[in-house]
Amino acid sequence: MPVLHDIINTFNDIFGHTFMINALLGILLVTPLFGLLGTMVVNNRMAFFSDALGHSALTGIALGVIVGIHQPLWSMICFSVLMTVLIIIVKKANTASTDTIIGVFSSTAVALGIAILSSRGGFNKYSVYLIGDLLSINSTDLLLLAIVFIIIVVLWFLVFNKLLLVSVNHSLARSRGINVQVYEYIFSLVVALIVTISIQWVGIMLISSMMVLPAAAARNISKNTRQYHLYSVSIAVISGLAGLIFSYFLDTATGATIVVISSIFFAVTFLIKLKFS
Amino acid sequence: MTNHENVQCSTCTCGLCCTKIQNFGVTRNKFEILKNVDLHIHCGDLTAIIGPNGAGKSTLLKAILGEIPHTGELIFLDAKSKRTGRPLLGYVPQKLDFDNSSPMSVFDLFAAARTGIPVWLSRSKHLHQSVKESLGKVQADHLIDRRLGALSGGELQRVLLALALEPVPDLLLLDEPVSGVDQNGLQMFYKTVSDLRTNYDLSILLVSHDLNLVAQYADRVVFINNKTVESCGTPKQVFTDKRVIDTFGIDWTNQLKNEKGGIE
Repeated sequence: MPVLHDIINTFNDIFGHTFMINALLGILLVTPLFGLLGTMVVNNRMAFFSDALGHSALTGIALGVIVGIHQPLWSMICFSVLMTVLIIIVKKANTASTDTIIGVFSSTAVALGIAILSSRGGFNKYSVYLIGDLLSINSTDLLLLAIVFIIIVVLWFLVFNKLLLVSVNHSLARSRGINVQVYEYIFSLVVALIVTISIQWVGIMLISSMMVLPAAAARNISKNTRQYHLYSVSIAVISGLAGLIFSYFLDTATGATIVVISSIFFAVTFLIKLKFS
Repeated sequence: MTNHENVQCSTCTCGLCCTKIQNFGVTRNKFEILKNVDLHIHCGDLTAIIGPNGAGKSTLLKAILGEIPHTGELIFLDAKSKRTGRPLLGYVPQKLDFDNSSPMSVFDLFAAARTGIPVWLSRSKHLHQSVKESLGKVQADHLIDRRLGALSGGELQRVLLALALEPVPDLLLLDEPVSGVDQNGLQMFYKTVSDLRTNYDLSILLVSHDLNLVAQYADRVVFINNKTVESCGTPKQVFTDKRVIDTFGIDWTNQLKNEKGGIE
C-alpha cells in the first residue's frame, strides 16, 4: 500500500515538529469553543461586538507595556473585561444604537492602543498581534487553554438554555424568572475571555471571523439548535485541522488559512441552502 | 347590560383570586411614562388594555414583569388569601428579538424553558411528547419541529401562548403584535385566549390594537392615555367615554350595536 505509506510519511513529516503538535492540540482545544460560542454570537447579532473586543486587545497590550508586564495577556484580559462591562452599561442607557456604541468603543480602543504603542519607538514589534501566530503555542499556553476549555464547556452545559431564552426575548425570559442582565454579562464576558486569549495565535484582524464563520455556515443547513451546534463545532474543528495542514505545505499564516477554509464552508452550505429550500 | 358586578377597576369583590396593581408609576431617564395606575385584575376575567401608540401599554406589562423599575406595588391574593405575594406570570411577547433565520425549532424553545438539560445535547422522546401536548391546547401541535423564524405571525403567537401556559400562570400577560397577524389569525387567537378563562383559573391582561375584537371578547377594558388609566369598565362603558372616542376618532358604541345586535 504505497499510497497509505505516503500518507503516513507525510503525517510523520508534519507532526514530527513539536510546534506542530502543540498547534494541533491548541486547535483541537480552541476551535470547538469558537464553534460553540459562535452559535450564540450570531443569534444575538454580536459579530461586531467580538470584532470590537479583538481590537480592544491593542489597548490591552499597550497598557501592559506601560505597567511593565512582560506577558501582556493579563492586561489584555483586564482591559477586554472592562470594555465589555462599559459597552453593556452604555448600551443600557439607550443613547444610540448598539452598533454605534460598539463602534465608538472599538475605534477608541484601536486609536488609544496604536497611539501608546507607537510612542515607544515603533509599532512593528507588536504587529505579530495583528495576524497572530498559531505555531507559537507552547505547553504553558496549552495548559491555560485546557483550563479555559473545561470552564467554558461546563458553563455551556449550565447556562445554555437560559441564554437561549434571553436571546429569544428579554421579557419572556424575565417572566420565567431569569435575571436577564446576569446572563448577558456571563455570555459577553465568556466571549471576551476566549477572544482575548486567542488573539496572540489568531490575530486581531481575523479573530471575529473565526468566531462567526463556522456558525454562519452551520446556520445555512440547520433546522434546530442541536444541528446548529453539531455543524458549527464540526466546521470549526475541520477548518482548523485542514487550515493547519494546508498552511504547513503552502507556508501561509495558519489563522488566515483556517478562516479561508471556513469561508469555503460558508459558500458551500449557502449553495446547499439555495438548492434545497 | 351583561351582568358584571366585578367590573370595578379598583376593588376586588368577586371573592376569587385577584391581582392588585397599586399606584404604579414608571419613570425612565427622568421622563415619566406612567403614573398613578391602579388596577385590580380578577380571576377569570379578560382585561384588555387599549390606548394610543406610545401611551405606555407595553411599558405597563414590562413593569409588571419586573423588567423595568416601577414605583407602587403588585400584590396577588388567591381565592382564600392563602397564598399572597408575587403572582406567577406568563408572558406572550409582541415579537422575538433574534433574527428570523435562526435555526431554533419550536421544540427547542419549549425544551429551553422547561428543562435544565442543554438543548444542544439531548432530545428526549418523553419531553417531545409533552411539548406536543402543550401545543395541542392551542391547536399548534403540528408546528413542533418547525423553525421559529419560519412561523407566520399567527402561528408564532399561538406557540408563545402555549409556552406562557406552561406552567399555568396566575396572571397571563399578552402583548399583541401591531402587525403581521392576519384577521383570521387574530380572531382565532382571541377565541383561544377567551376559552382559557373557562378552562383555567387565571387572569388575563391583554394589550390590544384591535378594538373590534376587544369589544367582542373582553370583560373589561382599560384605556391608558396621558400616562395613566383614563377610563376603565365594560367595553360599552369605555367605548362610550368621550376621551376614548376623541382618541380613536370613531363612535365605537354604534359600531358595537351594529356588530353584536346591541350590547344591552
